[in-house]
Amino acid sequence: MSENGRLTGTFRVKSGMAQMLKGGVIMDVVDAEQARIAEESGAVAVMALERVPADIRADGGVARMSDPEMISGIQEAVSIPVMAKARIGHFVEAQVLEALEVDYIDESEVLTPADEKHHIDKAAFEVPFVCGATNLGEALRRIGEGAAMIRSKGEAGTGNVVEAVRHMRAIVGGIRRLGVLEVDELMSEAKELRAPYELVRWVAENGRLPVVLFTAGGIATPSDAALMMQLGADGVFVGSGIFKSGDPASRARAIVKATTHYKDAKAVAEASRGLGEAMVGREMGDLKEEERLATRGW
Amino acid sequence: MAGNGDERPRVGILALQGDVREHAGILRRLGVEPVEVRTVEELKGLAGVIVPGGESTTIGKMLVSSGLLDGLRSYFYKGGPVWGTCAGMVLAASATTGPRQPLIGLMNALVERNGFGRQVHSFEKDLDVEGFDGPFTGVFIRAPFFEDVGPGVEVLSEVEGKVVAARGENILVTAFHPELTDDTRFHEYFLEEVCGIERS
Repeated sequence: MSENGRLTGTFRVKSGMAQMLKGGVIMDVVDAEQARIAEESGAVAVMALERVPADIRADGGVARMSDPEMISGIQEAVSIPVMAKARIGHFVEAQVLEALEVDYIDESEVLTPADEKHHIDKAAFEVPFVCGATNLGEALRRIGEGAAMIRSKGEAGTGNVVEAVRHMRAIVGGIRRLGVLEVDELMSEAKELRAPYELVRWVAENGRLPVVLFTAGGIATPSDAALMMQLGADGVFVGSGIFKSGDPASRARAIVKATTHYKDAKAVAEASRGLGEAMVGREMGDLKEEERLATRGW
Repeated sequence: MAGNGDERPRVGILALQGDVREHAGILRRLGVEPVEVRTVEELKGLAGVIVPGGESTTIGKMLVSSGLLDGLRSYFYKGGPVWGTCAGMVLAASATTGPRQPLIGLMNALVERNGFGRQVHSFEKDLDVEGFDGPFTGVFIRAPFFEDVGPGVEVLSEVEGKVVAARGENILVTAFHPELTDDTRFHEYFLEEVCGIERS
């Protein structure tokens, strides 16, 4: 859209917003008080949602976009960007979130999908989107639909980082693999990946995704955050890991510090001291198939 | 200067958070060695320092905890050249219209954070810049502007009467992100006009 010679909603402006978040931590919050604690602890943005993933798992039922009242309350409480989640394929929830002027929409598998086949046409929006991915093909499909930021899916609400590690290794490994292929091998690889050829070619030439790659799902400790950064994440989403722990403010500060100084083991050690109880984690083998969130999205 | 036989000038990028990589890429293209700065010691021997885009509240808190708030002030007041983009412009200001937050305070100016609104209002616009031959595409992302500037501040560009680029003796600020474009003129301006680096 153009107004006063101002061009809004360009891909550069959308993906650029995510570039400004690099090296930072985005925290799930359910009310204004938690949002203030997150901002005070050094979060680069907050994700406003009604229940953190651990509670969505515990409560069951259909998980939807949050109440606009609650989102507005959080927007008023902090000056950092406020993100919110829409259900996969629920473009009207996305329209509502855009009307509320949230800074980023997460088309998220943590909520109950609204469409079993199609994701939102994200290019049609002025507000940027972040989407989850378990591998390179999925990441490129979402970018092809207009996502301006990608995050690993992990298994949200488990406090178990194993799935986030799997997804990050799959994405980063996939990128590395493209780099060693010959140009004439890329079309067949695009078919394997079920991803747009132009994007496959771009990644092969540049050795990275064309958008920022964060990590999410099960990050609960400063070491978890530093692990994901060392595996190639540009930044970290922390969901239940902070406000389901014994001392949220200290844990939030510690995870921020470990994310900044992720290569400095002494700094991570210092950040990890005396944080109290981490959230109780869940073993992947204990999750029933229908409890798995990462398989949502196509 | 680098002591390893590499004669390229070294320019620091504050690397606590934000779009460090983008600035580094352009500096390399211009024949300058980018140095990521996370500690006070890393400020030594730098021909200039860039404070990149990011979240100014987050970077501000880390500046305090790392000692770099004082470190950068000291670097600057001894004549060290500094360029702040977006969050860096906020941090360079001496005062803000919003809630209290740590500022480095290198420039006599009052800053309005997120002055152009939330992300849906982020925009690109071709700007007239003092001393530039043609327009420069400004990428504004939840960008600030200077509401007011004091003596010693030279305004380089405005959007609808709001200051979006300015300089002082050894400081440059831009509310927008030249590092997100392929146009290297602002980086060249910083290196040549502010840092005094002679480039062939």
